[in-house]
Amino acid sequence: MSTRDWPLWEVFVRSRRGLSHVHVGSLHAPDAEMALRNARDVYTRRQEGVSLWVVPSAEIVASEAGQREEFFDPAADKIYRHPTFYEIPEGVEHL
Amino acid sequence: MSAEVSFDELLADDGRVEPRDPMPEDYRRSLVRQIAQHAHSEIIGMQPEGNWISRAPSLRRKAILMAKVQDEAGHGLYLYAAAETLGVDREDLLDQLHTGRQKYSSIFNYPTLTWADVGAIGWLVDGAAIVNQVPLCRCSYGPYARAMIRVCKEESFHQRQGFEILHTLAHGTPAQKAMAQDAVDRYWWPALMMFGPPDADSPHSAQSMAWGIKRFSNDELRQRFIDMTVPQAEALGLTLPDPELRWNAERGHYDSGPIDFTELFEVIQGNGPCNAQRMGHRVRAHEDGAWVREAASAYAAKQAARAAGEVA
Repeated sequence: MSTRDWPLWEVFVRSRRGLSHVHVGSLHAPDAEMALRNARDVYTRRQEGVSLWVVPSAEIVASEAGQREEFFDPAADKIYRHPTFYEIPEGVEHL
Repeated sequence: MSAEVSFDELLADDGRVEPRDPMPEDYRRSLVRQIAQHAHSEIIGMQPEGNWISRAPSLRRKAILMAKVQDEAGHGLYLYAAAETLGVDREDLLDQLHTGRQKYSSIFNYPTLTWADVGAIGWLVDGAAIVNQVPLCRCSYGPYARAMIRVCKEESFHQRQGFEILHTLAHGTPAQKAMAQDAVDRYWWPALMMFGPPDADSPHSAQSMAWGIKRFSNDELRQRFIDMTVPQAEALGLTLPDPELRWNAERGHYDSGPIDFTELFEVIQGNGPCNAQRMGHRVRAHEDGAWVREAASAYAAKQAARAAGEVA
């Protein structure tokens, strides 16, 4: 296995407890353990995180960029899902 | 919206292009060239300063310099990762660097002759890099912009540590102050050349601006750097080696003397003081590190085989 065959890993960092892990970038590594160690060195040199995830990029299933329209369209005409859709008489509070 | 948002509409709306979006082949190729060159500059940039790690004047300075050189490696990795989202392989980009088919910033072809040069690089070279890079945080290509945000956050420490080195030397013995002045004298013009040729001679600029990759012209950014730096030089008690440098109240900017761009083109052509040394060192470091990569691969293969054996 040359480095060319090292899989790509996506790196996610939880910056502090109470927040979700956020994608910060990617790196190549031969295995999960090295991916984790390298992610620590590359993406948390200034204590940017309290927890790290590395995920093989090949394992991520993504929606098709080219089908964004039909994929997300079903939500477009349901504006009644937003509170601003509703008319409330003036002066009514806490609603 | 009835149709898929096109590339042109996205740019017109100051939107961001993401890896799997349709994009013109020229846009993709231009970004690969720029991001790769940027990544190469980061890792080649480790050399001039790495040269002084073993001779840093104190443990404090040494620890700081090591952290800075590690940052440059990290910046290179962010940028290679950003380039790879455009469908190229990092190994290929390194091959192209090692065989001279892709370039890196000419500034790193100048030698670091004294400790003060480490200060001048931090203050002037990283200072110029920040002026160049801050607008790239709003670059139209998402992964590049995001990498630049991380880089810019970290560069600020680089510039300050350089300023501090020069400030300490400039307030030391006459010999130390002279050393600081000499470093600034040698690095000032090359730092100004980091912004590239004048707008009139910059072939790619107009297209890069139209694509939202570049936000300001070379000359605008150079002027911004000069305006920022002159008062900082005064605070250091050092002079900048340009007799024509003076405030122009009418323009609201500093006027400056002509830049000898023949020097820049000579260095780009490979005739700078350290071109051969930098490339030689880079290729040697890559080859000498091969056993580490092979060991990591062998270990991963062995662990995978062992895990497969346990399952079977």
